[in-house]
Amino acid sequence: MFQQFHYSNQLTFFQKLRSIDFILLLCILIIGFISIFAMYSTDGGDVLYHTKNHILRFFLFFSLMIVLSFVNIKFWHATGYIFYLIVLLLLIGASFYGVTAQGSQRWINLYFINLQPSELMKIAIIVCFAKYYHRIQINNVNKITLLAIPMVILIIPIFLVIAQPDLGTSILIALSGLMVLWLAGVNIKYFVYSSLVFIISAPFVISFLKPYQKLRILTFFNPDKDPLGAGYQIIQSKIAVGSGGLFGKGFLKGTQGYLEFLPEKHTDFIFTLFSEEFGFIGSLILLIIYAIMIFRIIRIGYQSRSFFGRLFCFGFASAIFIYVSVNMCMVLGLLPIVGSPLPIMSYGGSSMLATMIGFSIVMSSNIYQRQLIS
Amino acid sequence: MINEGSNTVFRKLSTINRRMFIFSLAKAAVFTGIVGRLFSLQISDNKKYLTLSDKNRLRESRLPPVRGKFLDYFGNTIAGNLEVYQLHVIPEQVEDFRYLMIRLRDILGFDNTKLAKLIKKKNNQKPWETLIVSENLSWEEFSKINYYLHDLAGAKPVITIGRSYPYSESYTHILGYVAQVSREDLNSSETIKQRNVPGLRVGKSGLEKNFEKELIGTNSIQRYEVNAYGKRINQIDHVEGEEGKTIKLTVDSEIQKLTQELLKDKAGSISVMDIYTGEIIAMNSSPSFDPNLFLYGVDLQKWNEIKKDPLKPLLNKTLSGLYAPGSTIKPIVALSALENDVLRTNMQVRCRGKVEMYGHTYHCWKEKGHGYMTLKNAIKQSCDIYFYEVARLLGVDRLNETATKFGLGKKVLGKYFPNEKKGVVPSTEWKKKNIGQNWYLGETFITGIGQGYIQTNPLQLCLMTAQLANGGYKIYPRITINKNQESAEEIRKIMLQSRNEIKDRKDTLFNMTGDFLKRKSNLHRSLVRNPENIKFVLDAMFRSTNEVYGTSYGSRIDDPKYQFAGKTGTSQVKRITEEERKLDLETSQIPYKDRDHAWYVAFGPYKEPRYALSVLVEHGGSGSKAAAPIAKKLFKLIIDRHELREKSTKQKGVKI
Repeated sequence: MFQQFHYSNQLTFFQKLRSIDFILLLCILIIGFISIFAMYSTDGGDVLYHTKNHILRFFLFFSLMIVLSFVNIKFWHATGYIFYLIVLLLLIGASFYGVTAQGSQRWINLYFINLQPSELMKIAIIVCFAKYYHRIQINNVNKITLLAIPMVILIIPIFLVIAQPDLGTSILIALSGLMVLWLAGVNIKYFVYSSLVFIISAPFVISFLKPYQKLRILTFFNPDKDPLGAGYQIIQSKIAVGSGGLFGKGFLKGTQGYLEFLPEKHTDFIFTLFSEEFGFIGSLILLIIYAIMIFRIIRIGYQSRSFFGRLFCFGFASAIFIYVSVNMCMVLGLLPIVGSPLPIMSYGGSSMLATMIGFSIVMSSNIYQRQLIS
Repeated sequence: MINEGSNTVFRKLSTINRRMFIFSLAKAAVFTGIVGRLFSLQISDNKKYLTLSDKNRLRESRLPPVRGKFLDYFGNTIAGNLEVYQLHVIPEQVEDFRYLMIRLRDILGFDNTKLAKLIKKKNNQKPWETLIVSENLSWEEFSKINYYLHDLAGAKPVITIGRSYPYSESYTHILGYVAQVSREDLNSSETIKQRNVPGLRVGKSGLEKNFEKELIGTNSIQRYEVNAYGKRINQIDHVEGEEGKTIKLTVDSEIQKLTQELLKDKAGSISVMDIYTGEIIAMNSSPSFDPNLFLYGVDLQKWNEIKKDPLKPLLNKTLSGLYAPGSTIKPIVALSALENDVLRTNMQVRCRGKVEMYGHTYHCWKEKGHGYMTLKNAIKQSCDIYFYEVARLLGVDRLNETATKFGLGKKVLGKYFPNEKKGVVPSTEWKKKNIGQNWYLGETFITGIGQGYIQTNPLQLCLMTAQLANGGYKIYPRITINKNQESAEEIRKIMLQSRNEIKDRKDTLFNMTGDFLKRKSNLHRSLVRNPENIKFVLDAMFRSTNEVYGTSYGSRIDDPKYQFAGKTGTSQVKRITEEERKLDLETSQIPYKDRDHAWYVAFGPYKEPRYALSVLVEHGGSGSKAAAPIAKKLFKLIIDRHELREKSTKQKGVKI
């Protein structure tokens, strides 16, 4: 069914420009602008440190994404493993020489930016697996030897990130990786078995967790037990969202955020702040934009001729979905509080960079959708 | 791609697409779930969370209520509110607390103990709570702080409201004082508990305490927004509280001030009363103290000084001090005897200075004796021997009846001053009940000259005199102005009417039903059977003051405008031994504690009486020397202010 004729990958610039998915681009821009306003609100209606940085990062990384979009998809395929290795090295570097903040050593000081390699790993693992399964035939997917390699690839960064400690990011890395494995055709029984193993070993794993992480999990099940302590974040977040009502309290009028009842309002709880100020309608619109974004990425994956492009797009779409739903469920009290940013909305350079790199690969596979990768 | 593998490639492709599709369905489900959750939080439970969010951010703060004022009869403020300059510090807003404190110490000049205390206090409270560094700054200090304010980051000079007593010690025993609320205050009054805020001051004694409910006012309420750390961000609402009720007294500050001066350096009491309306014109007890001291908590040394003063400044002697009335009781004894027809006014008794009865010797104050005395002369010259005889004839129980009628042995202003003491008017029954013994006749004699068991407070004697002076009609003493009160003129009419009704009553005994008792005239009913008896006693009192040989002749005023009539009293505080009697020491030669109390009761102007007064000088010696001269000075001012008082009543159109 694949055409035999030689496909010229010598597209003109104009052709490339035309084949950019403008709807996806628009979605990114809209969420970008929403995030700038939200950031402006977290700064108390003033362009302060967070807002300035966020605007700068958004436009810098957005431009970077546009530029990288024109890089041929072959490049990403070729450098897939290298990309993973570089990020892994950075991750190891962070574990030894990293900058410690809030009791967690997860940043590398690159002088102009404090880079968080674990955020990049979220993308690198997808690129790496997409490349790995690009050439493996469907019959061989479930061979144990071929399954062992991706398991190692996945487990090393997860352990490094857990050790930082950063439970949230490690879970997101694991989920993104497993998502690609599943899409690639790994038998469902492996997932069932491994989740059984996980449940059985959960008590042992929990015993290795830091006390604050244990507390968070316990708190999730009963936040009202300790309303001023660990349950405080969930309760305050629910109050903020709930008090928003249908239309919200109005831009810059969210009392929960303004009066500092919301913890981490720049990063993990940015949706709470947004939801308080713009209400159910606003939240719904934001969610719809994310849904459109995910849909567009899946659509691009469908149109991609290469397994690499397809797997990456599907994987990335799933990853975006996981980030969004984990973040939202968390702030709405449906999941325990684990650090997980909302893509584009949350304050954070590395997360923004990783997301934009992901988008650029998606864009690139759209522009070069007919590109065959041998 | 490779041809031969096109089948496997197709399978791979379809697997990926199928799984993506399954996953997309899961995505749709999760997103729907999130929307559902949003709906339940934001739409269904919106009210609940809105309330929670308001509870989070809104705080109420109640400010101390503004206390009602006290005015005197002429509308002068006698207890008001004044601006107080304070220095507050909110530790949270201070960068270097120690430095600030040391700077303040240098500027205000307080010592290191206070510095240590402040630092200790700061450590015991939350950082955003106000620390009051100084409660009462002088204007100089206040301006000095304002001058250096740029260097005192975090210091807040504040103007607040405090209590002020412009007449300082003159009114202390009437008004009492206010001070910081205590645990007992909170437990005893629900109102105080409700209105309590830090810095609230409540009445601790006197009228300030008695009228607490009326005076306290309501709190101003400030609603403001706080952040997650409890720090105030901005004010949302301010509800102005109601100022406490202003209470107007019947007291004339000029006369009150004079009483303070007249009793200076003495222990004693003065009361002045309107004989018709019962209004207290002045009421003082000496020594007094400055109630302004208590506003910020008096310092211990000064407090001990006041507490340990042998002249007892904390005791309101006018109401809570009990003394033997001495000879001031004689007009009542005489009246009682006349009312009960036990003697004729021309009954003669020879006074030899002492008399022996039932094996005991009873002395007259005049060692040489008065010679032959009649009742009128016996009152005029206060002959004790004569009154022993009167008492013997009268008996203690009949005396008790008359004395009680005239207000002795009952609280006069108990409604306003719960700790007033009611004193004792003895009777045979009383003795049996309270001491458990039978009454001895000898005790009747000394009761007849106001010694022995009988005990009165100075205000009771003032009321007694007033009720004699108005012709023997009942009056109701009061210290606050009541709008529905009849004027003196009206009361006089009611009194005359009640006199006529008594005459009528004799004719129609059947009318003496409950209906009669309800009438207004009953309020100011006559306390005597025969008005001639009252006239007789008043005339005797006039002679006592205005005729030669009268005991207070030396303090008389001849000008009929000021002319007054009165009765002296000298009450012994201990039994006088025979040796002491022989020595006949001057007052100054006797130890202070053993000196007699000096009494004087009087009313004036004699032609048309309007005011009655009682003067007590504790351990002052004889009534004629120590107490009567004070009354003379008082009457001058009282009569001079009379017209002004009448005019003020009419001008305001207030029915007094």
